[in-house]
Amino acid sequence: MGIVKAEKLTYEYIRRDEEGNVEGLVRAVDEVSLDVKQGEFIAILGHNGSGKSTLAKQINAILYPTEGTVWVDGMDTKEEEHLWDIRQTAGMVFQNPDNQIIGQVVEEDVGFGPENMGIPTEEIWQRVEESLRAVGMYAFRKYSPNKLSGGQKQRVSIAGVLAMHPKCIVLDEPTAMLDPNGRREVIRAVRGLNQVEGVTVILITHYMEEIVHADHVFVMDQGRIAMEGTPREIFSQVERLQDLRLDVPQVTLLAYELQNRGLPLPDGILTREELIQALGL
Amino acid sequence: MLRDITLGQYYQTESCIHRLDPRVKLGGTILFVLSLFFFRNALGYVAAVLFLGIVIRLSHVPFRYMVRGMKGILLLLLLTVVFNLFLTPGTPIVTVWRIRITWEGAALALTMAVRLTLLIIGSSVMTLTTTPNHLTDGMERLLGPLRIFKVPVHEVAMMMSIALRFIPILLEETDKIMKAQIARGADFESGNLLKKAKALVPLLVPLFVSAFRRANDLALAMESRCYRGGEGRTKMKPLIYQRRDYAAYLCLFLYLAVSISLGRRTLSLPL
Repeated sequence: MGIVKAEKLTYEYIRRDEEGNVEGLVRAVDEVSLDVKQGEFIAILGHNGSGKSTLAKQINAILYPTEGTVWVDGMDTKEEEHLWDIRQTAGMVFQNPDNQIIGQVVEEDVGFGPENMGIPTEEIWQRVEESLRAVGMYAFRKYSPNKLSGGQKQRVSIAGVLAMHPKCIVLDEPTAMLDPNGRREVIRAVRGLNQVEGVTVILITHYMEEIVHADHVFVMDQGRIAMEGTPREIFSQVERLQDLRLDVPQVTLLAYELQNRGLPLPDGILTREELIQALGL
Repeated sequence: MLRDITLGQYYQTESCIHRLDPRVKLGGTILFVLSLFFFRNALGYVAAVLFLGIVIRLSHVPFRYMVRGMKGILLLLLLTVVFNLFLTPGTPIVTVWRIRITWEGAALALTMAVRLTLLIIGSSVMTLTTTPNHLTDGMERLLGPLRIFKVPVHEVAMMMSIALRFIPILLEETDKIMKAQIARGADFESGNLLKKAKALVPLLVPLFVSAFRRANDLALAMESRCYRGGEGRTKMKPLIYQRRDYAAYLCLFLYLAVSISLGRRTLSLPL
């Protein structure tokens, strides 16, 4: 069993209208099964309302499955006694950087998680320093979070999770509120964690560019896993992606169109360099 | 424009008073204020003024910042003086028609004025030299024993520090909403008080909605980082008394001993 495993995970909630009357049952996640191995970089892709955020919250035991089971490092998320161990094993980074920073100074925020876990003071300082260095924010440790850019705040949030020494980090659309520069910063930090520190990463996003480096991609639609495979396998199915209302990266789209006009190109071109090479330029 | 509001009234500088443990400053202020109510003669107040003067000198905070705190209570101060001056019975000094000023009244008015001034300036010294962050920390530790009586000390301190963190964010948001409403033709400037208050409704409603949403997000983020109240929690920056803090306590008790022993004496000039 991998670090995160879901089996026939289903989550339903009751939708109510403005007066609180029951409108119906919504199945946000529908019989999803997946198995993530330690050290992998997983991307979960989907447009708004596809159930990807609901799935993320299941991994952190914020939500519990209606049916089916989720295991984090072998612990069933429905068992109350594992709650804090699960949250420590699978840390979570949310979308809005402002709403997840608790401390008034960067270093204090990063120390918040370890403080909650009851780590001795000296070790907290050590962990804070390591985590801030890992995301390249050590120079800003004495700053007020209000003085940082969106990308920097999000990196502080990642450091905050990292200081809890999780085996796995779930990032729920961490770049949705950032500008292109901030997005690049955050994704670079996340890749660094995965490659250098060996932390399992589950990245939830709707930006195609961000999944290029993933080991494995799940595409979600209406609560179900619609596609699954390596980025190359996913990107070679341009029409299917467009059916799911997902944007294909420009280079991939260009290669696809050229291929349709009869140029002999391989499927699923992901980067500009690959296309240049394939074209023999 | 709204962002320019500074939080609390902390004055950033380096001084031995700034470096003191917040518990010393909190406790010291409370004891100083209490001491003011023990004096029976002028000598005690002289001691208090001297002590406060030395502390202010050591704090490197310009004196005008201390006085600034007085503005708020100027009216109260004036009323106290006037009432005491004219309404205290005793030996009259001057009598004009039915208004008379007595020796006792003058003495009482003066005492009250000095007491209030010292009280306000004394507590300003604390807020000027301690960051709000440190202040909450200090309070949490000082009030810690109240936990026996089921007072949620840690929770209150946590709420205060979160509030402090979110004030600039909410101010910025207010600014944004205000601009958005002005762009849609809202008018926050003209009209009488009632009209102005009514104009604030379209500002406050979205602000509250967003504050609740933020609170919800923040609670989720805190829980996912294993926050479960104060129990079993360690501190990244624990408050530990240093040698200078003990020295400060010593000075404080010296002051208390001297001023109270002086101030309790019955002198020929009673006050």
